[in-house]
Amino acid sequence: MTSTLTAPGDTVAGPEPAPRSTLRTLDVLRVGASGPLARRMRTALSALGVSIGIAALVGVLGLSESSKSALLDEIASLGTNLLTVEAGGGFGAGDSELPDTALATIGRVETVTDVSAAWDVDVDVYRNGFIPEGETGSVRVVAADGDLVSTLNGTVADGRELDEATSAYPNAVVGSVAAERLGIRDLDEPTYVLIDEQTVEVIGILDEFPLAADLDRAVIIGREAAQTYFDAGDAPAVVYARVTDGSVDETRDILPATTDPANPEEVTVSRPSDALEAQAAADDALTTLFLGLGAVALLVGGIGIANVMVIAVIERRGEIGLRRSLGATRAHIRRQFLTEAVLLSVLGGLAGVALGSLATVVYATSQGWRVILPTEAVLGGFAAAVAIGAVAGLYPAMRAARLAPTQALRS
Amino acid sequence: MMTRTATSPATPAAPAIGTRGPSALELREVVKEFPGQPPVRALDGVSLRIDHGELVAVVGPSGSGKSTLLNVMGTLDRPTSGVVAIDGIDTASRSDDDVAGIRSRKIGFVFQQFHLLPGMSAVDNVANGLLYQGVPIRERQRRSIEALGRVGLGHRLDHNPRHLSGGEQQRVAVARALVHRPAFVLADEPTGNLDSRSTEAVMALIRDLNDEGTTIVVITHDQDIADALPRQLTVLDGRIESDSTRPSTAAEGEAVPS
Repeated sequence: MTSTLTAPGDTVAGPEPAPRSTLRTLDVLRVGASGPLARRMRTALSALGVSIGIAALVGVLGLSESSKSALLDEIASLGTNLLTVEAGGGFGAGDSELPDTALATIGRVETVTDVSAAWDVDVDVYRNGFIPEGETGSVRVVAADGDLVSTLNGTVADGRELDEATSAYPNAVVGSVAAERLGIRDLDEPTYVLIDEQTVEVIGILDEFPLAADLDRAVIIGREAAQTYFDAGDAPAVVYARVTDGSVDETRDILPATTDPANPEEVTVSRPSDALEAQAAADDALTTLFLGLGAVALLVGGIGIANVMVIAVIERRGEIGLRRSLGATRAHIRRQFLTEAVLLSVLGGLAGVALGSLATVVYATSQGWRVILPTEAVLGGFAAAVAIGAVAGLYPAMRAARLAPTQALRS
Repeated sequence: MMTRTATSPATPAAPAIGTRGPSALELREVVKEFPGQPPVRALDGVSLRIDHGELVAVVGPSGSGKSTLLNVMGTLDRPTSGVVAIDGIDTASRSDDDVAGIRSRKIGFVFQQFHLLPGMSAVDNVANGLLYQGVPIRERQRRSIEALGRVGLGHRLDHNPRHLSGGEQQRVAVARALVHRPAFVLADEPTGNLDSRSTEAVMALIRDLNDEGTTIVVITHDQDIADALPRQLTVLDGRIESDSTRPSTAAEGEAVPS
């Protein structure tokens, strides 16, 4: 009965709709994963390059953010509103001095909230009388008025600060480095040092001064004691001034003329926190360098994936031919190999993000930093992996798709 | 895009096996030339018609044009001129993607080298036969288990092809070729890599499947295998040299026009 429809030998030509090949979206993923799943060792090795690159990027960004935040915390706690006033700056300024009245005049500036000064005392300090003369370990003696430690936001590690009573007598506090060099670990027992043959009791050991590192190497005695027992000059070596927030620049501009109206060019005003901020900026430069290295690793990883994919296409000609015979279109083959390349690099990307994050957490924790994993580093690293896989897979996938079925099956 | 429901009345969407409709495969005046100086004419005006339900051997020595004929019949290669119609659908005017679509539904391939994918179970290999038709995975697996049962491998479903004998691997490949109920199965030297015992088993399977209604074309250089099949097409120098039909085994007891 059906023979009435078509006579023997007849064929239907023209627009009769041909059945279409379809590959479901989920099946694209399944097919793309089938290659890597069947060759797990090779998959792991080819994803390694990208994972190292991404780990470097995430780790570098995470560590630099964590360390920078630690530094910024420190800057914030020390305050960026400290100014130091010193002599020097102009030509022939080698032996210039601040005026004797510098401390008082600076203290009268409206925007200055705290002020303190340090005087150089030109004497040597020894742990005891048995130390040969001259072996001072570069520890200096500095005289200070009572507010020095608080003006600098300094803290005492052991003992106490100089106060009005103790600063009139032979008492000293030692900076952290000076304490180490003089062999003073703690003050559990009365401790003395020898300053210009005068026995002086050490009543405090200070923590580090990040904003005034030269005081770390100093033995600090009271201004009054310095004048009584030693031959201290009247001109302060450094004046430290805390100014109100927001008026730092303006105060900085007027301080030279205020301090020494006659020779303002011989007065140098600086802001110690600038150095720490410069350090943060220098870390940025280093971070950029490491990021560059990470990018190179990523590029090499991408080339590795492209290589593996080119080899896979050559090796799997039979599979490509089979799939074409099963009805896969060129687009299906292209999609399969592209998916495979992206899967490889995504795998590497995930491993890299995990590795980089782990490195950040471990190192930042060991340094006592707050752990910061910048989202843009994690997401960016992952996106970079996907992009690299897609680019690396493009050429091999095109080659696979171009292969004629007969040619592919001949292998 | 045309939908599948817009089938023209001239062609049933899927002719039932054994019913007379368009032929499973028809070639008319097919010429295939390969470029060269002078061009090599591998097929020189081949016309043939294979109806649903037939079991045909295409036999010929190497260099006869047998492989080219296989590629053209399987739409893996296009003829230089002539008509190739699969289940009534002319492929000449179709795009590459359309021809892939025809392959995905109308043709099943069995290769000498089996071409099973490593790292994939027997069921998953068979299920690949339905992959490019967009059949959902559960349905693919259900039908693949059924097909493996038909080839006598119901107990080897989850085996990796590596752990199967050559004969078993070829049976998995046969299951893959018929899981989507194609218009015909093209078997290219299906016993070429098998020992004599497995050869017999696979040929017996092919005859059984044909008895159940599957149209099968076996391409071989082995005259003994060809002699055992109901119809034999001999290829020589790019032409059909002879076409023997044995009416006793023709489908539906009706003479097959040729």
